[in-house]
Amino acid sequence: MSFFQQLGHHALAAFQRLGRANLFLWTVLVGVPGLLFRLRLLIQQLFAVGVLSLVIIVVAGLFVGMVLGLQGYYTLVDFGAEESLGVMVALSLVRELGPVVAALLFAGRAGSALTAEIGLMKTTEQLSGMEMMAVDPLKRVIAPRFVAGVLSMPLLAAIFSAVGVMGGYVAGVTLLGVDEGAFWSQMQGRVDFHEDIMNGVIKSVVFGVVVTWIALFEGYDAVPTSEGVSRATTRTVVYASLAVLGLDFVLTALMFGEV
Amino acid sequence: MSNKKDNLVEVRGLTFKFGSRIIFDGIDLDLQRGKVTAIMGPSGTGKTTLLRLIGGQVRPSGGAISVDGHEVARLTRRELFELRKRMGMLFQSGALLTDLSVFDNVAFPLREHSGLPEAMVRDLVLMKLEAVGLRGAQRLMPSELSGGMARRVALARAIALDPMMIMYDEPFTGQDPISMGVLVKLIRDLNEVLGLTSIIVSHDVAETAAIADYIYVLSQGKVVGEGTPDELHHANSEWVRQFMQGMPDGPVPFHYPAADYAQELLSREGRR
Repeated sequence: MSFFQQLGHHALAAFQRLGRANLFLWTVLVGVPGLLFRLRLLIQQLFAVGVLSLVIIVVAGLFVGMVLGLQGYYTLVDFGAEESLGVMVALSLVRELGPVVAALLFAGRAGSALTAEIGLMKTTEQLSGMEMMAVDPLKRVIAPRFVAGVLSMPLLAAIFSAVGVMGGYVAGVTLLGVDEGAFWSQMQGRVDFHEDIMNGVIKSVVFGVVVTWIALFEGYDAVPTSEGVSRATTRTVVYASLAVLGLDFVLTALMFGEV
Repeated sequence: MSNKKDNLVEVRGLTFKFGSRIIFDGIDLDLQRGKVTAIMGPSGTGKTTLLRLIGGQVRPSGGAISVDGHEVARLTRRELFELRKRMGMLFQSGALLTDLSVFDNVAFPLREHSGLPEAMVRDLVLMKLEAVGLRGAQRLMPSELSGGMARRVALARAIALDPMMIMYDEPFTGQDPISMGVLVKLIRDLNEVLGLTSIIVSHDVAETAAIADYIYVLSQGKVVGEGTPDELHHANSEWVRQFMQGMPDGPVPFHYPAADYAQELLSREGRR
């Protein structure tokens, strides 16, 4: 009996949390238009969330691209198709690896930082203090961070893909001697703006919303103790990463399934 | 009749439950305009919760709280925020925004709400900081302040919008004697000079009794004593005397309720 009780208890708690998370998102979205008048708040957060994530994104993008170049070459060369290396690298990056890996890195770098920051602001009564000063923390603190996350994610994914293509070029053309003209011209010919690039951008926007939403909600909903904040930070990285991978499958099936 | 008009905050039949725990069980309080009223009681009696209820951050399970004639729980969010602009609150931790300097912290409510030009904001901030004696610390970050200084900065921030009342949450806890003296003087002086109404929640009997005009003593969800500091020191209730004089044992037992001592020692395993 107590097993079923516990099961029900956990299920109810989970749904309650989901409900709170949705209300939270809704309230934040309502606060977004007001940001137009306070661009300084947004710019500060774009720097903290986006610019400071650049290093990890660029370095990771470079290595992922180089590995793609190497692996792609070894596979393609058996079929004498190594000149298609540019297409392979670019499509892998733009369709999948760019949005997905950038989002995973973003969850680890920026998401965890957001959760810890908001969680500590809650623990030290800063959020509550703002409320008592008649300032809505959802509008003043959360909304700028949310918008910054959603705007940064596609840009970071694009930079990841661009740097990755350069990495593929370095590995394939410079190190392994693939023909440079074929590398670029095939890429130019086969990568479609709507089919490939836009779908990748849509993915990264969705990931940006989900990762930032999870990170901010976990921080805002954290138990206000040091243990609570540490748990919330862990949950952000775990949930955000799983959500990105799961959603990637769904989005890929929707976008590339038919044709 | 005229008495009723004098109250800035009126609490009537307030009940508040946290889960199955009853924090307040039908309490009535009158906080007079222009006075310093203290709410005292042992730790865990929900004194901080009371301030949150008055500030509308949590809703009562029953009863009513009115501030300046508005029933707090019935206000819309917008009205509540309007009311809060006229209430200052000093949190136990100070609750300063850690990413802003002392100056910017005090300027925060002015910049958010007043729409005043920056030059005037600057003058106001300097005046408020001067009042708490920390004009010289305006460029410091909150992490560079001592606990007492942080609380004074928070106090300057709380009076930035010239509120009608200030709520102090345990203002004396963890302060050295000098900062304690400074805070006691500041609270009293600000109340006089700015014509505020002050509510102090505290369990520091001596300091609070020194500046309060009227004291309510809470315990286990009820008001167990009220009166001027003098009246309470000579209260009939043994409980109130134990609290005011800080005796370890009395009507409030030293021991948390437990099973029989000898029996528990002799039993082989502790049972839940």
